[in-house]
Amino acid sequence: MSQSLDTTPPSSADEPAYNPRNYLNAEAGAMSWLLTRDHKRIGIMYLVLTSVSFFLGGFFALLVRIELLTPGPTIMNAMTYNRMFTLHGVVMIFLFMIPAIPGIFGNFFLPLMIGARDVAFPKLNLLSVYLYLIGAVIALYGMIHGGADTGWTFYTPYSTTTVTKVVPILLGAFVLGFSSIVTGLNFIVTIHTLRAPGLIWMRLPLFAWSIYATSIIQILATPVLGITLLMVAVEHAFGFGIFDPARGGDPILFQHMFWFYSHPAVYIMVLPAMAVISEVVCASARKNIFGYKAVAFSSLGIAFVGFFTWGHHLFTSGQSTLDAGIFGILSMFVGIFTAIKVFNWTATLYKGAVVFTTWFAYFCGFLFFLVFGGMTGIALATVSLDVHWQDTYFVVAHFHFIMVGGVIMAWLAALHYWWPKMFGKMYPERWGIVGAMTIIFGFNATFIPQFLLGNYGMPRRYYSYPERFWPLNVASTAGASLLGFGFLLIAVYLLWSLKWGKVASANPWHSRGFEWDTLSPPPVENFLSDPIYTHPPHDYTEVPSGAAEVKHAT
Amino acid sequence: MNELMRRMLFLPEQGSAYAVEVDHLHFFVITVTMLGAFGVAGAALLFFVKYRRRRDRQVTEHVEPRAIHEVLFIGVPLAFFLLWFAIGFPLFVKLQTPPKDAIDVYVQGKKWMWKFAYPGGPNGVDVLRVPAGRPVRLLITSRDVIHSFFVPDFRIKQDAVPGRYAQTWFNATQPGRHQVLCAEYCGLGHSAMLAEIIAMPPAEYEAWLAESRRSTVAAAQDSPEDRVDPRTSLAEQGRRLASEYGCFKCHTVDGTRHIGPTWLDLYRKTERLQDGKNVVADEAYMTESMMDPAAKVVAGYQNVMPTFQGRIPGPEVAAIVEFIKSLRTDAVRPEPSKGPVYVPVPGYDPSIVR
Repeated sequence: MSQSLDTTPPSSADEPAYNPRNYLNAEAGAMSWLLTRDHKRIGIMYLVLTSVSFFLGGFFALLVRIELLTPGPTIMNAMTYNRMFTLHGVVMIFLFMIPAIPGIFGNFFLPLMIGARDVAFPKLNLLSVYLYLIGAVIALYGMIHGGADTGWTFYTPYSTTTVTKVVPILLGAFVLGFSSIVTGLNFIVTIHTLRAPGLIWMRLPLFAWSIYATSIIQILATPVLGITLLMVAVEHAFGFGIFDPARGGDPILFQHMFWFYSHPAVYIMVLPAMAVISEVVCASARKNIFGYKAVAFSSLGIAFVGFFTWGHHLFTSGQSTLDAGIFGILSMFVGIFTAIKVFNWTATLYKGAVVFTTWFAYFCGFLFFLVFGGMTGIALATVSLDVHWQDTYFVVAHFHFIMVGGVIMAWLAALHYWWPKMFGKMYPERWGIVGAMTIIFGFNATFIPQFLLGNYGMPRRYYSYPERFWPLNVASTAGASLLGFGFLLIAVYLLWSLKWGKVASANPWHSRGFEWDTLSPPPVENFLSDPIYTHPPHDYTEVPSGAAEVKHAT
Repeated sequence: MNELMRRMLFLPEQGSAYAVEVDHLHFFVITVTMLGAFGVAGAALLFFVKYRRRRDRQVTEHVEPRAIHEVLFIGVPLAFFLLWFAIGFPLFVKLQTPPKDAIDVYVQGKKWMWKFAYPGGPNGVDVLRVPAGRPVRLLITSRDVIHSFFVPDFRIKQDAVPGRYAQTWFNATQPGRHQVLCAEYCGLGHSAMLAEIIAMPPAEYEAWLAESRRSTVAAAQDSPEDRVDPRTSLAEQGRRLASEYGCFKCHTVDGTRHIGPTWLDLYRKTERLQDGKNVVADEAYMTESMMDPAAKVVAGYQNVMPTFQGRIPGPEVAAIVEFIKSLRTDAVRPEPSKGPVYVPVPGYDPSIVR
């Protein structure tokens, strides 16, 4: 790899200069991708795989919305509909939301941000991609051969008595869990052991702090999901009486075990989104984060408290009144940690130098969805309000706002903010803003009617519905089609820019995030010389001298 | 104001006093949320306009928050969250504790219908008739998978879990009809699992109840697989079922101590358990003891009872529970006890039991 060292660094960081010897063209051929251990290539593989999953999951979502266009049957029968919403949930959660941001941007940028050459265990990293692929293929097999009709929550005893094929999908999710665990382990060890000289914990980019918190949850909670799904599979296949009361099992036990993972899993999804936002807001405002410690430690706080809130999914399941109260209060603490972040991000704009870009638009969208998604979450945690909303479209809209809205805003913000770094090409800014407006508007048009449907009393997972729910369902479907159109637009112009986009400079946004210190696209070994850090990231207090924003060791 | 907010938020009709209370909390939360969100958005917009970027590589000042900022960031939302909880949780407790004078109705969910049974009264499918202005307690269970009994107009919802009885209650303000929906996904007919609560003027309700007690027609729609004869009262059915299932081999109904605790005066009695805790023998406890006898064993008795999980269907559990409830000292006939109705277990000596 010494060849890259021969590259002449561009004269100035601002001048467009495509780094000619980068990780993308260092080696050629399919095998160089399939057997790569380069964290950047693995990140790109995740980008391709999770994007395919996202479009698949989005396709199922559109079918669901089209079916709900009329109160009765529209384009499919009840069985197909039940399979469609199950597939939408399973694909979006296990194949997109959980792996997307850590898999793509965590892999690509974590080593770049801490001045490392790679993650701690490059081979394990490759293994995680293959586990993802194997899990996805097993789940896909299950989808083609019948497909489960249980919803992504697999509630027993329905899931253990249904005639559809749940076992392949359960096993697929089980394997995907290992992919998630391996990634989390890798990141924790990387952050502990591979920080460059000078990068003390209190200079660690906030992206890394949040990814660290995510990894802790992935390692501690995912095994519980694995064991729970296996038990469901065993009960379905061999008739063991674990959860089915007709066979001596306890169906509520399943709910406790399932949500013990699946509630923290919400933070596996949203913490990486917060990681991205902490970077994007600093670069937008050319400002250090307001309250570094508050933002960093609130990530750990969310990871910790997130383990003790699962019972808020069981307010109407017959858990004791006292338990409901305790889980309600604990759930509000997650809201407090999130509020700390929201206020600190907003305050970061204070005395900054803000510029409106596509990724700043997504930052605004993220704040919007987080505030309303979060506040509806607090409302749900007040126990008595939840009784009406539980299992209605209000909950559907709530988690789509906070979880999906949060992840998608951050995913798109990251994709645009780091696109020049990853591929050395600029995306078309105007189309970017048009895309962002379409997505944010479409998202609101889809889910605000669903909040109202929930208030109105429409339960979720309804194939047909009483006619009074009709107008709001039409509005929601219209919003969803706009949303689908927005995603297509973004996919088209991003792919277009790979070939025809303007060449990007090493640091087109003049960001002082550490990942921008190297060339675009980065060379295989990440840095031309070993970085030493003397400042925290996003330090905009002095005029930079030339390109050298990091002092390099001799 | 109430009506305006309710319509703006698409909330259904407020069928009970509880619904009005919950809605008021809802309005409070949504108003503060909106104001807070406008505050954050306003601040962001202000900063964006005031601190727009002038030059590409503009230098900005390093700002560190003071402790007071972070304290406010935490304190203000926390104060509101706790206030809402302080209002919301007592409402939930209220929903969990039905008034003592409530009418009991047993509710059973099955794919894909709701069945209702009145103690000593008729059975019905998908239509629940109740008197307006009187609290009604629902004892809810399921025969197959988990369902959820959801009445939007009353803002109540309770999961129907097989093998367990859970309770909720409502008090319809005035006569009217209220839709019941199933809120927990239960398969193909999930969205068609609808029922109706008809709140009747109390006098009409009494007349209807008396009429249907006399008539046997109401039972015809019940499915043949139920072995409970719906023509008799629930308690009588319970007595027959209890003897069929062999309950009387261990439980007496006259207060005599045997292998298991007597059923006489058992309902609402506080029992001391082996682990030193106390439990009130209510419907939930009695159901649990049939399904999972080892969970809460009364002190002084051995854990010898087999589980009836999956052996006794929901309505039969209801009948047995109703039979036990009927065994109150003040309710027993004044004639002398006819002695134990159990047959002794061969080779079993009750004196060994501590």
